[in-house]
Amino acid sequence: MSIGSLIDSRDRSGRAAIRRTAEAVASGLIHASGWAAILILAAIASFLLLNASRALGEVGLLTMLTGDSWYPTSDNEQFGFVPMMAGTAWVTIVALLTAVPLGVASAVYISEFATGRVKEISKSIIEFMAAIPSVVYGLLGIALLVPAVKDILGLDTGLTAFTAGVVVGIMVLPTIVSISEDALHAVPDALRQGSAALGNTRWQTVLKVVLPAASSGIFAATMLGMGRAIGETMVVLMLAGNAGIIPGDPFVSVRTMPGTIAAEMGEVVRGGLHYSILFATGLVLFAVTFAINLAADLVLERQRKRWGR
Amino acid sequence: MSRVKRARMMESLAKGIMGIATLIVVGIALFLLGYLAYRGAPSVTWEFLSQAPRKAMTEGGIHPVIMGTVYLVLGTAAFALPIGIMAGIYLSEFAPRNLWTRLIRLAITNMAGVPSIVYGLFGFALFVMSMRLGVSLIAGALTLACLTLPVVITVTEEALRRIPRELRQASMALGATRIRTVRKVVLPAAAPGIVTGSILGLSRAAGETAPVLFTAVAFFAPMPSSPLDQTMALPYHLYIMATQAVRPAPHVVWGTAFVLVAGVSIINIIAATWRSAQRKKIKW
Repeated sequence: MSIGSLIDSRDRSGRAAIRRTAEAVASGLIHASGWAAILILAAIASFLLLNASRALGEVGLLTMLTGDSWYPTSDNEQFGFVPMMAGTAWVTIVALLTAVPLGVASAVYISEFATGRVKEISKSIIEFMAAIPSVVYGLLGIALLVPAVKDILGLDTGLTAFTAGVVVGIMVLPTIVSISEDALHAVPDALRQGSAALGNTRWQTVLKVVLPAASSGIFAATMLGMGRAIGETMVVLMLAGNAGIIPGDPFVSVRTMPGTIAAEMGEVVRGGLHYSILFATGLVLFAVTFAINLAADLVLERQRKRWGR
Repeated sequence: MSRVKRARMMESLAKGIMGIATLIVVGIALFLLGYLAYRGAPSVTWEFLSQAPRKAMTEGGIHPVIMGTVYLVLGTAAFALPIGIMAGIYLSEFAPRNLWTRLIRLAITNMAGVPSIVYGLFGFALFVMSMRLGVSLIAGALTLACLTLPVVITVTEEALRRIPRELRQASMALGATRIRTVRKVVLPAAAPGIVTGSILGLSRAAGETAPVLFTAVAFFAPMPSSPLDQTMALPYHLYIMATQAVRPAPHVVWGTAFVLVAGVSIINIIAATWRSAQRKKIKW
């Protein structure tokens, strides 16, 4: 064996060692990244809790959740969440009343009746709606809906829970359409064919076979839409009016939880009580949306198992 | 009326109602886009895109605002892409089928549902305060990266799962390790899907306002010269101009909105077209 080939083979085994090390590093990084989502979610919960701890200690969660007035900057400061929880509730109700009937009906049409180009084009246009930033929806709401609501309903202001709710509803439409459509699509064709073979029309099949089979997925779509509506910030900040009263109907200006955080975070003393209260608000928002999304996810998972898709 | 006749009538009635619902949804989308173009497009001139604002934002252009958003998105990509793509690889190629993997998936779908304002609070608490990055480009990019991460992970995993198992088996049969198979065979084949999906996620980050509200932006700031500088950004600029400007300038507001939506759309359309062209090239 010549010296040259000896060096060559040593060199080759050296490169192999380097490659093995590189692969071990890459493999380690990949495994570590797998944990990123859990890590970030845990960090979000811990940092909210950490910063909210002063509020939780000094005011108390129950006092905040049941307090009915929000005067964060007066001498006799009061941090009751009820006005903004009620405001968020009204916005969410109006949003779902706007989005669910329209969204589910569109999903049924697109999945069960539309064909070819009509199906493709309407799907892509609705998907495109999801790409419009929320602040642009807010601007369109200010320009188009706020004056209309004020004039048509004869209100003092067009900045109401109703206005914000309608715009949030339009924003969550793509979510509801696409998840409902997935649920309808997942229903096996054999069920439709069986129903048709029994002499049912398409609509009878949809109403009696497909919709019941997809109901849990449509329910999950509604839940996810609700989660998005509760957490939507810019639209409610720009359109809901941010008044501090407890609303009895949606046709008044309301304060919302995300809107309050966005509006007041910039002006508070860092580390002060009001600052901590805003983190507590974020914590409540996080807990509520987390519970809703978790429930929706479990429902979707059950449906996937049922149809094996 | 016979039962058959009634059933037929119900059929056309139901089909009509649902067709109208679809038409309303599509109509709303087209009307909003059309209105935006009608109000915004006339303001968009070369001057508007290339010059700094003048006279309290009522004249001149929005060049630094556009660049601020571009920097924010590039920063977001720098953090979210490596971690997100590696996490997607983990889930598709390495993760065992057990409770932990199920938990990771649950965490990813739930991250996608966390309200953007909560990301803003989190980013402020962790990046701005605890890590002492201050209100800065990098703090905003890190916050947006957290928000974009679930999208990148999901699209990467989906793209990898589209690759047939035979390709991996062939590579392993030639003696390649799993990592090498991923790097040389699976990733290149899945690249179009990963890139396009990530671009869609990043373009959403470009339009987000709430997460950068207290982590990165200022209404007026010079062009950032370091990652620790504050920056202007299109969505925040739009929000302030639309709601709090002392001297409102409608053509700047609508021009900004149009630039934001048109920019996001053009990038999305290019990415989607590229992906479908790539997919046509490869047939499994």
